[in-house]
Amino acid sequence: MQLAAVILVDGLVYASYLFMVAVGLTVIFGVQRVLNTAHGSFFAFGAYLAAMLIGAWYKAGWPAYGGFLIIVVSAAVVGIVLGLIIERCLLKYLYDRDEHIVVLATFAAFLALEDVILLIWGTDPYYAIQPVQELGATQIAGLKFDNYNLSMIAISGVLALSLWYALRRTTWGKMLLAVIYDREVSRAMGINVTAVFLITFILGSILAALGGAYLAPTISVLPGIGVEVIVIAFAVVVIGGMGSIPGALIGAVIVGISRAAAVHLLPSIELFVIYIIMAGVLIFRPEGLFVPVKARRI
Amino acid sequence: MSTVLDVRALHKTFGGVVAAANINVSIAEGETIGVIGANGAGKTTFVNMVTGYLKPSAGAIEFLGKNIVGLRPRDITKLGVCRSFQVAQVFTSETVFENLLIAYGIAEERGWGLLRHIDNAPRAKRVEAHLARYKISEYRDVRATALPQGVRKLLDIAMATVRKPKLLMLDEPTSGISVEEKFGIMDIIMAALREEKTTVLFIEHDMEIVERYVSRVLAFYQGEIICDAPAAIALQDPKVKEFVIGQERHRTRGPVHA
Amino acid sequence: MSRLADRTVIGLSISAVVLMALAALIPNWMLFIFLQSFARGAVALGLLVLWRSGLISFGHALYFAAGAYGAVFMQRMIANDAFAMVAAGLIASGALAFLLGFLLRQYRGIFFALLNMAFSMVLWGLLAKTEALGSTDGLSIVAPRFFGMVFAGDQSKLAIYFFAIVLTWMFSVAVHLYMKSTLGAMSTAVRENEIRLEYLGYSAHRAVHVKYVISALLAGFGGVLMGMTVGIVDPDSMAYWTVSGEFVFITILSGTGNVAATYIGAFVFEIIRSLAFQYSPKLWQLIMGGALLLIIMFLPNGLWSVMARLRKARAS
Repeated sequence: MQLAAVILVDGLVYASYLFMVAVGLTVIFGVQRVLNTAHGSFFAFGAYLAAMLIGAWYKAGWPAYGGFLIIVVSAAVVGIVLGLIIERCLLKYLYDRDEHIVVLATFAAFLALEDVILLIWGTDPYYAIQPVQELGATQIAGLKFDNYNLSMIAISGVLALSLWYALRRTTWGKMLLAVIYDREVSRAMGINVTAVFLITFILGSILAALGGAYLAPTISVLPGIGVEVIVIAFAVVVIGGMGSIPGALIGAVIVGISRAAAVHLLPSIELFVIYIIMAGVLIFRPEGLFVPVKARRI
Repeated sequence: MSTVLDVRALHKTFGGVVAAANINVSIAEGETIGVIGANGAGKTTFVNMVTGYLKPSAGAIEFLGKNIVGLRPRDITKLGVCRSFQVAQVFTSETVFENLLIAYGIAEERGWGLLRHIDNAPRAKRVEAHLARYKISEYRDVRATALPQGVRKLLDIAMATVRKPKLLMLDEPTSGISVEEKFGIMDIIMAALREEKTTVLFIEHDMEIVERYVSRVLAFYQGEIICDAPAAIALQDPKVKEFVIGQERHRTRGPVHA
Repeated sequence: MSRLADRTVIGLSISAVVLMALAALIPNWMLFIFLQSFARGAVALGLLVLWRSGLISFGHALYFAAGAYGAVFMQRMIANDAFAMVAAGLIASGALAFLLGFLLRQYRGIFFALLNMAFSMVLWGLLAKTEALGSTDGLSIVAPRFFGMVFAGDQSKLAIYFFAIVLTWMFSVAVHLYMKSTLGAMSTAVRENEIRLEYLGYSAHRAVHVKYVISALLAGFGGVLMGMTVGIVDPDSMAYWTVSGEFVFITILSGTGNVAATYIGAFVFEIIRSLAFQYSPKLWQLIMGGALLLIIMFLPNGLWSVMARLRKARAS
């Protein structure tokens, strides 16, 4: 029973930041038809920037709540700056190219950004544990859970709800859905597709950076965290259905919990349980869980 | 004359929509059949079921005495039922010659033979003759994407006839073709098919074409065949006039040159 | 047999002879670069077979690793012979692709690419976690015998070099002939219109499956060569997804124009990589990424398009 609770909480924590990364990835794919490998770099940049600033902040002895502000600000800065650069200087020129070529281009950007991270932050790990300590822990059924981790689950939940609301209930969201459905018709109807592309991309990037920044206090921030997260985010998106926001949520929960289960029950399969699930889902639902299968008319 | 295709009690529903209701048709060797009917009457569904793209909900389809329900399109193709498409389905980045060459290669090679060089002199000759039969030799080296609409339709039909089908089904051979061109193109198609003595069934919206080329008409309305008779009789049938031709008159034709 | 002696086959044969002759002249490190180019070029050639059908695999490291580990297994357990090792690598990669092909042949586009990546990551995880397979340290390959003949030291490197050239030549000619065959001609058909292919009487699924196995065999061969060249096989440098990304890089760099182009592409890749690694070990990924972006932006049809353009300029 205790083990089940631990797996559940660990899994949901893991799912929370995966969702932050995957939801941007999936929406960007839905809107722009771009599978953005560099998304992993946004995550890593967010983590590094937050960890560095938080470290400096607490060293200076400034008020503790600032740490949380830093997380949000780092995410916004990374998302806006990198998002702008990648979309305006790279993707803009590739929208009419083959989708595989675009993936490869973002892979190239990802490789380059990996080295930029090393250039800026070096190979030594960064720690920013203070916000976690600040929030303390809660005893549930004889188990101790960090409040910080629980807050991560809450924030992801709120994020998912607001995204759902924004998409379904606001004009902007409806425009976005229209572009996902048919780019050309949307353009003909007067939607500024270029602007929708840019805004979506930047928002997605901010979310990825937020995932990294929020996670940073709970881990040691090391080179290579971007690589790891992006392939798992791919799996989440494929499981949920590419372009689907509920898919990203469910996919993140499935992946999060199964990984946590593997860590606690069968550590030897931890590294690839996610891909086995992904392959399994695709065998039965080739388009992923949340994307309806379309038949071709002849 | 022997029966080529025998369709009995064919049904097809999509959810609640009935696309084919109790279709019974027998087609004899050498016939030229025109299928008419308003949009959504079930014409293409019928062709799709016979050629294996859709599986009927119930009923039997016998081709040369063999039940072909449930067979895959390629198996039905190999048995001798070939088809063309409303929108020409060709390999757009290849030239006209290459398109037909691929069709010939696939029709003539199997097993390890598929690894033999595709372009050999006798085969090239057959392709050239085929091009000549469909009067598209002058486009031999033009990529399919750059072809005029009419030529692309001819290429589509030419590819469908590479296996010398015993039954050829054409889905709107003149759709997207200008009024001035349509008889010219139909003349080419019908002459080529007659040379091969192919039994042919085609879906057509243009009553002038039906009148001129068809020996027998199947009129579809809401998934049923409401008239099965020689062209001259069918086109005068009051039900056909009301449900098919009347509706055709209201139908707006798409852009002439797509 | 004029078909067997077309310009590409002649070109490949001359190149093979020249490369063999070069062996006496070039330094060891250059030999090493050539060998790695043959290995990666073979995988890229396999990807080219798929790419012509409109498919890209982001997981061909799977077969690269399968081939390499198959060769190690052969050397350690059964026979220490280069030919047997290649055979083992081909069987391992080919059998794996044959099985996975039943599933993968149903997928297209980005799903095909990512599903391949998923399978390659499963293998990576397996290799990294399994002690018997050397875990993350990998397994070493010793200098192989050639039909019982033993070479030592530099001689052994040369033997592998000649062996690699002969087999690479064979595979390349075979792929070139395949591309001119009916099956090869079906690539466009799969890429552009599977429905028409189906109604011409051939299964698009089967066509993809066959091409998939062919591409995996080439990747497996590449893996065996790489293993023999560097003397070690390990999960991170053979099965990780970034390795697959490099293969795709070479394929795009080379373009779909010609079989020979993939080897030129692999060689250019190897040179950029070695130089980047040598002169700025900290920035080599930045350089690789930058080079790749430049190629995508300014050479959309790969290196071969430059050759074609030059030839046209000379002709006019």
